[in-house]
Amino acid sequence: MTGGGKSAEGEGEFDVTKHQLVPKHEVLSKEEAKEVLRRYQVKVHQLPRIKASDPVVKAIGAKVGDILKITRDSPTAGKTVAYRYVVRG
Amino acid sequence: MDRISPETIESEIRKLRGELPKRIVDDLRSSLLKVAKNVTLTRDKLDKIIKMVKKAYVDALVEPGEPVGTVAAQSIGEPGTQMTLRTFHYAGVAELNVTLGLPRLIEILDARRAPAAALMEIHLKGELSKDREKAREFARKIEMVTLEDVVSQTETDLINMEFVVTLDRDRIKRKGLVPSEIASKLSENLKSEVITHGYKLRIKPGTPTLPDLRRLAMKAKEVQLSGVKGINRVVIKAEGGKYVVYTEGSNLAEILKMPEVDSTRTTTNDIREIEKVLGIEAARNAIIKEAVNTLEEQGLDVDVRHVMLVADIMTASGEVQQIGRHGISGGKASVLARASFEVTTKHLLEACIRGERDRLKGIIENVIAGQPIPLGTGSVELEMARGERVGRG
Repeated sequence: MTGGGKSAEGEGEFDVTKHQLVPKHEVLSKEEAKEVLRRYQVKVHQLPRIKASDPVVKAIGAKVGDILKITRDSPTAGKTVAYRYVVRG
Repeated sequence: MDRISPETIESEIRKLRGELPKRIVDDLRSSLLKVAKNVTLTRDKLDKIIKMVKKAYVDALVEPGEPVGTVAAQSIGEPGTQMTLRTFHYAGVAELNVTLGLPRLIEILDARRAPAAALMEIHLKGELSKDREKAREFARKIEMVTLEDVVSQTETDLINMEFVVTLDRDRIKRKGLVPSEIASKLSENLKSEVITHGYKLRIKPGTPTLPDLRRLAMKAKEVQLSGVKGINRVVIKAEGGKYVVYTEGSNLAEILKMPEVDSTRTTTNDIREIEKVLGIEAARNAIIKEAVNTLEEQGLDVDVRHVMLVADIMTASGEVQQIGRHGISGGKASVLARASFEVTTKHLLEACIRGERDRLKGIIENVIAGQPIPLGTGSVELEMARGERVGRG
C-alpha cells in the first residue's frame, strides 16, 4: 500500500480477534485434535482449511498442522463449533 | 407424584448441552421454567418432554445422502429469477451508490476482486461518535483528495518546459490544505522541482523534454494530497444518536488502524478485502451477511441454511473461491462434471491431453452415463457374499 509511510497517526495496530465478524479461534492440543478426528471419523485433509497467512492464525500464533476450533455464532443453532486445519499458504 | 424443583430442571438441561444446539437448549430451558411455575411438572413429564425434544431434533436433521447442494442451489436460484436486473441504485437519504439485486448476488457468489460499488461503514469510538463536528473532522481527514480535485486550471508551458497548475482557493480551504503543503507533497511524489507563486505551482519535469513533460502532467493530477487511498466520497449519517461514517470506496486495512475508529464494528462490503484483513472466517460471515441482505432487500425469503452452505463451501479451501468454473465447479474431480458446466470443449480437450480418467463417482457423470446416481437411495449398494448359504443348507 502506498501513502509513503507518512501516516504517523495510523500507527495503532488493531486486534483482529476483537472484530465482530471474527469468531473465536482456538488451537487444539494434540489430544483434543486426535479426539476430534476420531469423533468425526475423518483425516485432517478432509477438514476445511485455513491458511497459515490468515490474519487470525497469525494473531493467535497457530502453526501449520494445528487444528483450530472455531466457535461461531449461528443464526439457526445459537452457537456452533467448526474445525479448520492450518495449511501452508 | 412430586413437583419438580427449578434446580432439577437446570441440572437436566445442563446434561443436554453439547448434545443439542445451544438455541434449542436455551428455548427448552426458558419454556420449562415458565411452565413449571403454573403446572405441576413431574419427573415423568420432564423426561418425556426432553425425550420428545430430542426426537424432534433428530427427525429434523438432514438425512445422509440428501442432495443439500442441489437443494441450496435451487432455493437461491429460483428467488434469483425474481430479482431486479438493474445494476445501480441510490439507497437511502445519503444517496450512496450501492449495487443491489441480482448483480450484487452474482458479485458475491463470483467472489469478484473489487465490487462495482465498494462501500465502508465506519463506526467511531465512544465520545467521537456522538459529536457531529468530530465526525465531520474525521470524514475530512479520510476523504482522498488528489491534485485534480483542487485545481481550477492547468497548463503545459512548452516554452519554459513546465507544468503549471492554478489551485482553487475555495476548494483547498475546504479540504484544509495550504499551497506550500501541496507543493511539498508534489515534489516528494513526482521527484521533481516545484516552484510556488501564491496559488500557482510550477512543476519542472526531470529532463526538459516533451515526453517527460507529458508524463508529468498525467501523473501530477493523480497525486494524493490528503486522506486515505481509495476512500472517494464520505457521507455522515446519524443512526440512533450516533454518527456513522459511510464511504464510497474502501480501504479496510488503513481505516481499522486509525485511532478514532472502532475497529470491532467497522466493515466493508468488499469480501476479498475482509478475507485479507480479518481472515477466512470473517469472510464466511461477510458472505452470509451480504447475500442475506441482498435477498432480503428484494423481499425474498431464503432460508439462511442454504446461504450458510454456500459460504461454507466457498471458504472451505482456506481462501475465498467463487462458485463457478474458476472456483468450486472448476475444482471438481470429474472431467464430465466440469465439462457439463461451462466451456465444454476446453475441459474435454485438456482432459484428453492429460489422459485423465473419470471414475464416475459423482452425480453429473452418472446422469450422463445413464446410471443410478449416488444420492439418496442411490447411495446404497447391495453386496452379497457368494457361496454362502443362509438357513438350512
